[in-house]
Amino acid sequence: MPSGPSYLRVFLTFARNSLVRNMTFRGNFLIETFSSMSWVFMNLGFYILVFQHTPRIGDVSNWGEYSFAWGKYEFFLFLSTTLMVNSLVQALFMENASEFGEMIRTGTLDFALLKPIDTQFLISLQRIDWSSLGNLVVGIGLAVFSLHKIGWVPSVWQVLLFMLFVICGVAIMYSLMIALAATSIWLGRNQSLYNFWFYITNFSRYPMEIYRGTYGTPLRMFFTFIIPVLVVVNVPARFLVRPLVPQTPMDLLLPVFAFVATVASLVGSRWVFNRSLLSYRSASS
Amino acid sequence: MPARTAVWWTILRISLEERLVYRGDFALGTLMRFLPILTQVFLWWAVFTAASTGQSIDQTRIVGYSYHDFIAYYLLTMVSRAFSSMPGLASGIARDIRDGTVKKYLIQPIDMLSFLLLNRMAHKVVYYTVATLPFAFVFYLCGDFFPNGWPEPQVMAAYVASLLMAFLLGFFLEATIGMIGFWFLEVSSLLFVYMLFNFFFSGHMFPIDMLPGFWGEVVRIIPLQYLAYFPAAVFLGKVEGPELIQGLWIQFAWVVLFMFTSRAAFHLGVRRYSGFGG
Repeated sequence: MPSGPSYLRVFLTFARNSLVRNMTFRGNFLIETFSSMSWVFMNLGFYILVFQHTPRIGDVSNWGEYSFAWGKYEFFLFLSTTLMVNSLVQALFMENASEFGEMIRTGTLDFALLKPIDTQFLISLQRIDWSSLGNLVVGIGLAVFSLHKIGWVPSVWQVLLFMLFVICGVAIMYSLMIALAATSIWLGRNQSLYNFWFYITNFSRYPMEIYRGTYGTPLRMFFTFIIPVLVVVNVPARFLVRPLVPQTPMDLLLPVFAFVATVASLVGSRWVFNRSLLSYRSASS
Repeated sequence: MPARTAVWWTILRISLEERLVYRGDFALGTLMRFLPILTQVFLWWAVFTAASTGQSIDQTRIVGYSYHDFIAYYLLTMVSRAFSSMPGLASGIARDIRDGTVKKYLIQPIDMLSFLLLNRMAHKVVYYTVATLPFAFVFYLCGDFFPNGWPEPQVMAAYVASLLMAFLLGFFLEATIGMIGFWFLEVSSLLFVYMLFNFFFSGHMFPIDMLPGFWGEVVRIIPLQYLAYFPAAVFLGKVEGPELIQGLWIQFAWVVLFMFTSRAAFHLGVRRYSGFGG
């Protein structure tokens, strides 16, 4: 009986090869790590400025249920969660998704289709961008620093739940990205789709409490239930800043929903991916 | 002279046609570029609700800006950036130097900087033609953020002048940076740093009035503020009277300075440049 490839071993090989590749151009690796970090520090600077003028973002009194007033260091915890999710997405998938678009355009996808391994797995994880993991370290550092400033030590369960939902967040982002990349099979080119990805995920980078009012509420609903980018950072971040005791039904319901949304996104994106492959017509072969 | 005008006209016309090919994608892309403003609208609303302790939000001021001013400011920097941003200019020049394409400017009777400037002008003209509609649409939707309506004619004239100079400053500044490619083969990381500083210190991300102390002073000295902050501040009436006139002169001085620097850099660069094959 022919046994399939060991996906874990293949993944580890990809990771090792990418690391070797990254380390071949060490100077470039350092510059890339450094430049993406400086971007983060500039962003942090912006929020430090904002918090010089306001004690918090979001208000408990006006929007009940699932709301939280983010003080400076609570918001930094939020920011560190964003950093962790984004750096993981970038390290694991970003390069591969753009490479996927190129493969479709140039026809090299043929080779990927011929390999005796799941095509989506191969396409999604072929290359790992180790330099993006620098921001993961910055994110963890920022989280530890903020927790220290608040004087709050989360329990083991909180940290575990936090990690679980960070992974869910990464999975949701990945699904969105691979689904968008797959559409380039139909469109031929995906330049503005990448911008689209960037602009949509832009919504995920703020606490969901800020979207309220006549226009905010529908927006929040849309980006929670239709395209679930708002749960990506909001759900894990909340596990870190607050005691685990649920105060309102939403505190329980939203994480459950986030979990369901993760599964649905993965299944949905897999469907889109496979559908798009059916329309692949290769190029000049 | 007529011959030269004809050459320039031809360059301009070719660039115009080249740019109009992707007009649909262009208009859509422009509209999407306003999406991040939507998050700013909500973010600053949250900030202002928290900052307004006891008073109404309309009366709350952060560094002299009301909530409406903030959103209006962000919309106006989009306009400034539409003039001053030069996507791919510096990297294009550096690439031309590296792969030897720059030779064509040395052999043919065209001046590289003038050619690129005309090319950018054509690009911008097309951009404004196509982008006016989405811009007008967004500004119409956001009319409430401009409670004072249009500024007075003199202010408007100063605004237009500052925008045009923002275009020139953006062009010559980036061209100068691209010329560094004559000395270093790889300038992409340098460009990244420039882009980063540009994004933060031109006022694109927040009004530079928010920067306190040392950084606030540095940002007022360096020319980046004239790429985004200054025109927007003029429109909103944050800079007035003598200060406005002075600002326009300083902006003009920066334009002239970088015009000469880019030209000097080109001349010095060409001296050490060696082209092979071709």
